[in-house]
Order: sequence, then structure tokens, then C-alpha cells
Amino acid sequence: MKADRATLTEGALTVLSTIAPEVEPQDIDPARALRHQVDLDSMDWLNFLVGLHERFGVEIAESDYAGLITLNDVLDYVQARLK
Amino acid sequence: MIEFRLPSLGADMDEGTLLTWHVKAGDTVQRGQVVAVVDTSKAAVDVEIWHDGVVGQLLIEPGTKVPVGTALATILAPGEAADPMATATAPPPPIQKPTVPTSPSPTPKLAPETAEKAITPTRRPVTPAARRRAQELGIDSDSVKGTGAQSSVTVADIEAAASTQKSGMPAIALASSTPAPSAPTSPADRAKEMRKAIAAAMGRSKREIPHYYLSETIPMALALDWLAKYNASHTIAERLLPAVLMLKAVAVALKRTPQLHGFYVDGAFQPATAIHAGVAISLRGGGLVAPAIHDVGSKPLDQLMRDLTDLVKRARAGSLRSSEMSDPTITVTNLGDQGVEAVFGVIYPPQVALVGFGSVQTRPWVQDGVLCALPLVTASLAADHRASDGHQGALFLAELRAVLQQPDTLAEAVHKTPPQGDPT
Repeated sequence: MKADRATLTEGALTVLSTIAPEVEPQDIDPARALRHQVDLDSMDWLNFLVGLHERFGVEIAESDYAGLITLNDVLDYVQARLK
Repeated sequence: MIEFRLPSLGADMDEGTLLTWHVKAGDTVQRGQVVAVVDTSKAAVDVEIWHDGVVGQLLIEPGTKVPVGTALATILAPGEAADPMATATAPPPPIQKPTVPTSPSPTPKLAPETAEKAITPTRRPVTPAARRRAQELGIDSDSVKGTGAQSSVTVADIEAAASTQKSGMPAIALASSTPAPSAPTSPADRAKEMRKAIAAAMGRSKREIPHYYLSETIPMALALDWLAKYNASHTIAERLLPAVLMLKAVAVALKRTPQLHGFYVDGAFQPATAIHAGVAISLRGGGLVAPAIHDVGSKPLDQLMRDLTDLVKRARAGSLRSSEMSDPTITVTNLGDQGVEAVFGVIYPPQVALVGFGSVQTRPWVQDGVLCALPLVTASLAADHRASDGHQGALFLAELRAVLQQPDTLAEAVHKTPPQGDPT
């Protein structure tokens, strides 16, 4: 499955909004640390990644968590594994 | 005939608004079934019934705000004939007039069953602490309705009576004449109410519970290595969080120090048998609830993870069950995600202890005389001096540290709960 960046972004933000309903997607700076912007605890973060996994069918190894800091990191990661 | 009363859903609740009935007169109900939804200052809670039977009458209408302990419905025990008074010959008792408690009962009961047993007293003992408090406040303790064991008058009853006298409005009038806010109010009001409820419960805790605090630094390398291996061999949806290992470790470690685990009610400590760990969950938008995961000691780690995920989700969606709200026997708070080094919590009455975990951070540590860098966590214990002392608290923290060095044992402690004095 291929997906353009806009579709991916929209999908990721939809998943995020199920976990943090108060978030306004346009307020997210994709280049800043996501968990700090949205106050996601480890349970929220895991649920976010599980949501991405379910939506895009991408495996996300726990050992890769450390590299997933910003929304851009997450989108790059997912995009690389979709191709 | 049994009266089904509004249970206390935590130390920070003394009244609730009945939102919906899920049953009607004549329905057969089973223990544990959700029969009503009650709005507290924190959330709408699914209230479960604690008896098998048949619903006799619904005594309270949706939209009514009533104090804890108010009879909501009558239940006929299995095989019991309907009360002829209630069915045909006599007019039904008027709705919205709770007949029993005249004051709200901020004292949480040991269990909903206990709350429901508080029947009209024949004699009303007054606890020594309540007698003293009554003198301080200039209250005649004989005129106060007791809500404690055997309807004894408790400190909370005295304080409730004092505040009622001050406001000049008896609680019963509040229940029957104040137009009830029939639905949850605005988020801002809700947040304000919740903050007030938390403040009241925590204020009472700090006033009444002689806290002592201990902390212990725990190396986490073995536990985290174990967890990394476990998670690498499971799908993302099956992975465990460190918080689950910590929760399990608390339950296993508690086996040897039952003094930290139970309730302090009416001047006496009542140890609990099963470990229902209240998990402090912060709500998005502010506020906090600490509902229970039941029987942590006997659940496998993957089950605990599913329970925790489900509990967090429902806590934030506002659909918790009454048993989860009313029966935690100890609270565990994990503030590690916020990056704090340690948390020293306030005990949630009538519990007698709270365990806190800070964040896991790599820090310097001396092991076998050698300085090294290790992931460490600071575990803390806030405990009630009326039920235990520092010696027992220290034993607990030492045991907690020890079990976290044996993650395999922790994972195996799942099938059989280790007996007291388990070797190894």
C-alpha cells in the first residue's frame, strides 16, 4: 500500500484524536516532540502506536520507539515501511 | 426484603445524582449486575447490585440527588414473596423521600455490602474519636445519625452534622427539595466539582491519617531487560508497559506485609484478603480517579495489561463501575511519565497505604563496590501509622525491590500466588 504524506498525516492525527480528543490537529507542530506537545503518557503513546499499526498495517518494533519523537519521525517511519 | 442503597464510590463522594435506572420493578437481578447509573462529581458510574433477587420498588426517580446510603430501591431475596404492603393494599411509599440517612456519609464503607447493611439503629455507639470531635465542634453526638459499623457515630458523621448545622440546611432537605442538576454539568463546572471533591477527601486524609513516608531506590535493569525480550516476541497490541510489572510486584510484595493492605474503619484496621489495587489515573483536562484492578495477585501479566488498558480507557470515557470505585485496598500511583524522580502520595481513605513510582532513569549506582550507570526507579510508600509502622513499611519496600530483581518469578507468580514465607 502506498500513501501520500497528506493521507498519512491525516490518518495519524485521526488516531491521535481518539486518544487525546481535546487536541486541535492544526496546533500540532510536526517537528516538535509529540508527547510533550500533547501530554501523552506511556499508555497513551502505546495506544497511539497500536492505532497506527491497525490503521496502516505497519509493524513498529519496541526497539525503534526511541527514534520516534516528533510527528515527522512517526510519519517517516510508517512511510518507509509502507513502500 | 433488602434495601438497595446508594453506595459510597470513594472517600470523595458523599452524594450522587441518579441518572438512569437499568431495571424496573419485577426484574430479576443478579449480584454484580449494573442496575443504575449515578453521577458523582467525578464521573457517571455504573452502579452494580450486590444481591441476587427481584426488584421490588424503585424509590428514587432519575434526576434526584441523594446522599450516600439513601435507599434507592427495594430488592426481594430469591424466593421471598413481594411485600403485600408494597404491592396492593397500601399506597406505595412516596418517591424521593429517602427514609434512612439524615446526613451524608463521607465515610466510605468497606464494601457495598456493608453500606447496604446499615439498617435503622437500635442503639447508637459513638466512637471515642467522634465523641472528642463532637465536643470540639459543640455537637450533641446523641442527635447524630451513625453510619459506621452497627450504626455507630463516626468522626465523619459528626463533621457532616456540624457542616449541616452551619449551613442551616439539613441534608435531607437538600436531597428532596433542591432541584437536582439532572445531567452532568459543563466541563468547567465538572472540573470545579471534582477539584472540590478531591480536596475534601485529601484534606480529610491529611487531617486524620498519621502518614509516614519511606522510599527505596530500585535497580530496574533486570526487569527492563526481561520486558524488552518479552515485548520483542509479542505483537504491539500484546506488549506490556513497565507499570504493569510494577503493579504486579506491589501485589506480590504485599503478601508478607498485610498491615499495609486493607481499610482503617471506625478506629480499627481491617486487613483485606484479595489485592484490589487502585490505579491513579489522571483524566485529560484535569482531575484524578483511582479505580481498582481486582485481584492483582492472581492475574497473569498479560491479563493485567489488558485490565489496565481497559480501565484507563473507561476512566477517561467516564464509564467506571461502582465496585471499581469503592473497593481498592491500596493505591498505586505512577508518575514516571512526567519525569519526576519520586512521588510521595496522600493515602486515599479508608485505605492505609499508597505506593508511588517515579520515572525510570539511568543514574549512577554502586553495585558490588563498583560504580556503574543503571536504570533506577524510586519507589515510595506512604502508610498509615495507625495500621503499621516504619519497620513493616521497610520490609515491604525491601521485598518490592527483591521481586523486581526476579522478573521471571514475577511472570510466574501469575498462576499460583506465592504462599507466605515463600523461599527463593
